[in-house]
Amino acid sequence: MSRQARNILVHAILVVLSVIWLFPLFWVVMISFRAEKGSYTTTFLPKSWTLKNYTTLFTDTDVFNFPRWFLNTLVVALVSCVIATFFIVSIAYVMSRLRFKARKMMLNMSLILGMFPGFMAMIAIYYILKGVGLTQGGLKLVALTIVYSGGSGILNYFVCKGFFDTIPKELDEAARLDGATNMQIFTKITLPLSKPIVVYTILTSFIGPWCDFIFSKVIIGTDANYYTVAIGLWNMLQKENIYQWYTRFASGAVCISVPIAILYIAMQKYYTDGLTGAVKG
Amino acid sequence: MKKQKVKDPEEITFRNALAHGDAATRCSAVIMGAGNFAHRQIGKGLMYLAVELLFFLYMAELGVGFLKGLVTLGTNKGGEVWNDAKQVYEYTSGDNSMLFLLYGTFTLFVIFFFVMVWADGLRSAYKSQIYAKHGRHLNTFAEDIRALFDGNLYKFLLSGPLVCIFAFTIVPLVFMALIAFTNYDQHHQPPGSLFHWVGLENFQAMLSSDNGLGYAFWHILGWTIVWAIFATFLNYIFGIVLALIINRRDTKLKSLWRFIFVLSIAVPQFVSLLIMRTMLQPDGAVNVLLKNAGLIQRSLPFWTDATWARVTVIIINLWVGIPFTMLQVTGILQNIPKELYEAAEMDGAGPLTIFFKITMPYILFVTTPYLITSFVGNINNFNVIYLLTGGAPVSMDYNNGTAGKTDLLVTWLYKLTIDKKNYNYGAVISILVFILSATFSLIALKKSKVLENEEAFQ
Repeated sequence: MSRQARNILVHAILVVLSVIWLFPLFWVVMISFRAEKGSYTTTFLPKSWTLKNYTTLFTDTDVFNFPRWFLNTLVVALVSCVIATFFIVSIAYVMSRLRFKARKMMLNMSLILGMFPGFMAMIAIYYILKGVGLTQGGLKLVALTIVYSGGSGILNYFVCKGFFDTIPKELDEAARLDGATNMQIFTKITLPLSKPIVVYTILTSFIGPWCDFIFSKVIIGTDANYYTVAIGLWNMLQKENIYQWYTRFASGAVCISVPIAILYIAMQKYYTDGLTGAVKG
Repeated sequence: MKKQKVKDPEEITFRNALAHGDAATRCSAVIMGAGNFAHRQIGKGLMYLAVELLFFLYMAELGVGFLKGLVTLGTNKGGEVWNDAKQVYEYTSGDNSMLFLLYGTFTLFVIFFFVMVWADGLRSAYKSQIYAKHGRHLNTFAEDIRALFDGNLYKFLLSGPLVCIFAFTIVPLVFMALIAFTNYDQHHQPPGSLFHWVGLENFQAMLSSDNGLGYAFWHILGWTIVWAIFATFLNYIFGIVLALIINRRDTKLKSLWRFIFVLSIAVPQFVSLLIMRTMLQPDGAVNVLLKNAGLIQRSLPFWTDATWARVTVIIINLWVGIPFTMLQVTGILQNIPKELYEAAEMDGAGPLTIFFKITMPYILFVTTPYLITSFVGNINNFNVIYLLTGGAPVSMDYNNGTAGKTDLLVTWLYKLTIDKKNYNYGAVISILVFILSATFSLIALKKSKVLENEEAFQ
């Protein structure tokens, strides 16, 4: 095969694959603008177009209160992203820069604990939260926040630790000679040099609650007032709701996906920046 | 050369504290903080003493009762009791076995932590003794606090995360593991009904193949492993191929292609998976479009036929997983030292030789941890299965239809516990799945020497 033929073939494959990968996304957008109700359609493009799915999603809040879910998720995500980031950055810094007796043991422990799917502990967590009385009414959201900020997610500190490892140790030593404490080195030297990876950590911990489905389903249960967006949208597709709500599900999905996708792509950028290290040569 | 361990009686260890400690140090074993008081570390001593007092107060008021409860798991069923004095039936709530188990587990951890603090107190007392003997400076309380931000910064920074890891990872796992040895199933639901310890009965029921439960377990386990192998390796291979195609020297618009694939994973999974589930229903979009085009007469049974459903979830998982591998591998490809390629080309190596001798070994080396975690992740891939099929099609052979043909152990576990309230079997499955994934990953990690080499994670 000549070089040109090979190039054409490769690009053709890429186009086909792109169509396959984009098709479902395109499909959601099409449904979200569709005026006909129901999930079963005979045409690819909507017969008549409308913006009503978007407007009623935010105004018609009697059965499914989408704005409320959105607010729930936003608050939970914001609070837990602050706490989780603080935890992850702290663990990563300690494991990367400080040396103490139990360090090796803790590294291995976190590696093994990280292999437990968070899901396994979840039912027990639910009972622990119930035992402390955090599964009533609005406290459910507090419970969810606690689990997102302190749950097994904080064991994913390896990316961050890897970044701190690339910061030259000489910087710490120089600062120590000048009389800086470890805490000052952490806040005044390490953190300012680690912007990409801190942003990356903030973004991952913020996106997590928006996409999580299992934890919120177990903890929130059937109380529609405290749904997060993920369970709310899932409920719209249950048998009894799908006819009425399918198109509005799609518009809800678009409303969530666009900002999340933007954040995700930004996160990828910070991730790659992070991989190239802190101090560039 | 083997390092000879020299016994130094002045090393600050727990054993030395007991063996070589003076009166005050040994006294700390009974009255915590005594050794610190003797060397004027009042603040520190008071803290140890406070911990001890709190611990004994807790044990006396609650702890002992909780431990007893942990053994019996409750004796009073509750219900209506005739009150002779008032001449009425009174409702009593009875014991809640679940709370007994929870509080009992909690008490075990309290005891564990107390023993840790107790041993730490002894070491601290011994340290003050040794330091005093040599006339070395002992930290005052204020200096101890300051050290938390310097030499002991790790204690300060790790305290929050450690509390959380114990509360939300370790305690729940222990609690879950204990439930596996009780008969906490749908017939024993507290409050109102008690459950008790049954030893290994649940494991026997789960592992024997002559009842509905065991039959379901072995079949679902088989499918879980098949699924994990296909899901991991197909994603891995195709992801690498895709990354190689995109990163070829002659491919145009590299970042556009990358963007398209990243976009598909940037959309929350529950959105894309739920959409695909509706698209592939018997009268969903795909079937309707194919019918309209005249390609098929009857709907394709994507979710209703067992084999179709299994193949469909694997294929859709390719849609989900390939971009992830592609991203990973793209990063790796860009990091392969250019000199390697130049040297190989100078030696006259062809593109195939270069690929198999340089690119592939390099990718394999760097991605081994990723491969291991994604295999374990796929064994526990709840999202894809639950959102796509919910385990359907249901099979009546599987424990009277509690599970379906595409159910993995995790989704079955979810149904057994959340829908059917058979917590004991759920716990057994959790333990078995953990043993499965932990053994696999430990063997794989050992073989690939990742544990010894931290750098591989960077």
